[in-house]
Amino acid sequence: MEKQVEHVKLSSKKIEWFPLINAIVLIVVALLCILPLIHIIAVSFSSSAAASAGYVKLWPVDFTFASYNYTASRNEFWGSMIVSLKRISIGTPLNLLLTILIAYPLSKETHSFRLRVVYAWVFFMTMLFNGGLIPWYITVKEYGLLDSIWALVLPGAVPVFSVVLLLNFFREIPKELEEAALMDGASHWRILWTIFVPISKPALATLALFSLVEHWNSWFDGLLLMGNPNNYPLQSYIQTIVIQQNLSNMSRDAMLNLALISDRTLKSSQIFLGSLPIILAYPFLQKYFVKGIVLGSVKG
Amino acid sequence: MRAKLIKELPLHLMILPGLIFIILFSYIPMSGIVIAFQKFIPAKGLFGDQKWVGWDNFEYVMSLPSFTQVMWNTLFIASVKLILGLIIPIIFAILLNELKNQVIKRSIQTAIYLPYFLSWVVLGGILIDILSPSGGIVNWFLDMLGISKIFFLGDNNWFPFTLIGSDVWKNFGYGTIIYLAAITGIDPGLYEAATIDGANRWHKVWHITLPGMRMVIVLLSVLSLGQLLNAGFDQVFNLYSPIVYESGDILDTFVYRIGLLDAQYGVATAVGFFKSIISLTLISISYFLAYRFAKYRIF
Repeated sequence: MEKQVEHVKLSSKKIEWFPLINAIVLIVVALLCILPLIHIIAVSFSSSAAASAGYVKLWPVDFTFASYNYTASRNEFWGSMIVSLKRISIGTPLNLLLTILIAYPLSKETHSFRLRVVYAWVFFMTMLFNGGLIPWYITVKEYGLLDSIWALVLPGAVPVFSVVLLLNFFREIPKELEEAALMDGASHWRILWTIFVPISKPALATLALFSLVEHWNSWFDGLLLMGNPNNYPLQSYIQTIVIQQNLSNMSRDAMLNLALISDRTLKSSQIFLGSLPIILAYPFLQKYFVKGIVLGSVKG
Repeated sequence: MRAKLIKELPLHLMILPGLIFIILFSYIPMSGIVIAFQKFIPAKGLFGDQKWVGWDNFEYVMSLPSFTQVMWNTLFIASVKLILGLIIPIIFAILLNELKNQVIKRSIQTAIYLPYFLSWVVLGGILIDILSPSGGIVNWFLDMLGISKIFFLGDNNWFPFTLIGSDVWKNFGYGTIIYLAAITGIDPGLYEAATIDGANRWHKVWHITLPGMRMVIVLLSVLSLGQLLNAGFDQVFNLYSPIVYESGDILDTFVYRIGLLDAQYGVATAVGFFKSIISLTLISISYFLAYRFAKYRIF
């Protein structure tokens, strides 16, 4: 026994430097994840002269709101912000409602809902196989949805991944609750809204956040389905301002030149504004997403 | 029989709206795959009287010299992303788990998940700025170290690695969460017993932590197999430019360019169809393996 204790002491003494080096390495990597964002924020608040000259590192030089004032004076910016807000306020409730309505029947046992497996496969199949970009674009176009907010919310109305998460969550709810309610003569509608939904609040909050982030971050459908740039949601607008101007159809020399004269502060402020809601919501996001991601990936 | 039908009716009604959406926006587009076998003229519509051309679109694509390159780029970029995307979070979860200071541990976790939540538009904008050869902070730093400038986004030798590096940077926090959760589930008694037996840090990682994570590692590796042809449209689209098409063009960006920009709908759908079939096969295999080795079930 004495010998063992001594051995433990010895080995812990020998590797005492490990926690220190480990902590340093981890902190450096963590900094690498947030410093680029901090740099962009610093550039956005700096004078364009200081930014173009490359003086700005992690703290604004010649602090100014100039780029934000300019952005705020642009009608396109506010227009796209409104499109994004509309998208979120229609899209997220629609996603949640449909997720709940699909997950409930699918969470039943096969003997009480005989077509369960058929329906489950009909929905699940869309995660495995799709028609691809062109047929999808053509159908949305033929429905006459181009250039309307509905093109941004209806095609993704059913988030199948969320349905799978929620139906697995519903299945964990004790059967007795439902049976007792059925005995009292409650209908399925009543059971869903007065028992299942209230119990599932944490799961629903997670899914709501998934949906919010998804809608906020989407940019490609806006770019593709909105012919008129006035209808772009914010991320699509930022995409055209910050990225397309920079890279599309430019030779290497032109790119080098543009990088020298372009207004970095303006682009940086728009990048920051595009990520601001996510950064503000981050404390909630993190708390719920960790649950949601773990729930979705390693259940069972 | 009838009574049962009436009892189940509300359940059918609940599912109906979702079913309609999925038919309209998933199954009807699926039927649009017929475009791959047509010389498609958009004005005639999806179900119009189009000219059928058999396998011509497929043969045409295969004969393009850029197709082999695109295929290679897709496979190379996607597979390196998959491998690093699996290994790096495992290493990180283990290292984070060794940190005893909870405040530092939480702060590091918060920092490494952040890029995961930002869109590729935002991250693309950030990367274009910081990686710029003129005035970008990364090249400024390299310059200080005496390394000559690197044109990360405009050099065909560097571009694929810029894609891989930035993808790992964005996503490793996500994987780390999952592995950390798996480590949390390991019985602490095992570590105590090992300590008493004189095991050091490496012994414990090797004999307890890694075996404890095995199921999750198997599951995530298997499931990621289905993503082999997804090299990341969002990312590539926001970072590439004509000068790096050679090394960065992937199947999805290729479909976008030949399909929507050059209006070759039939050809692009053929490429998309080809991709969907291979992906379907890979995903089916991966779900089968996930069930077999990790008892993973979707529903």
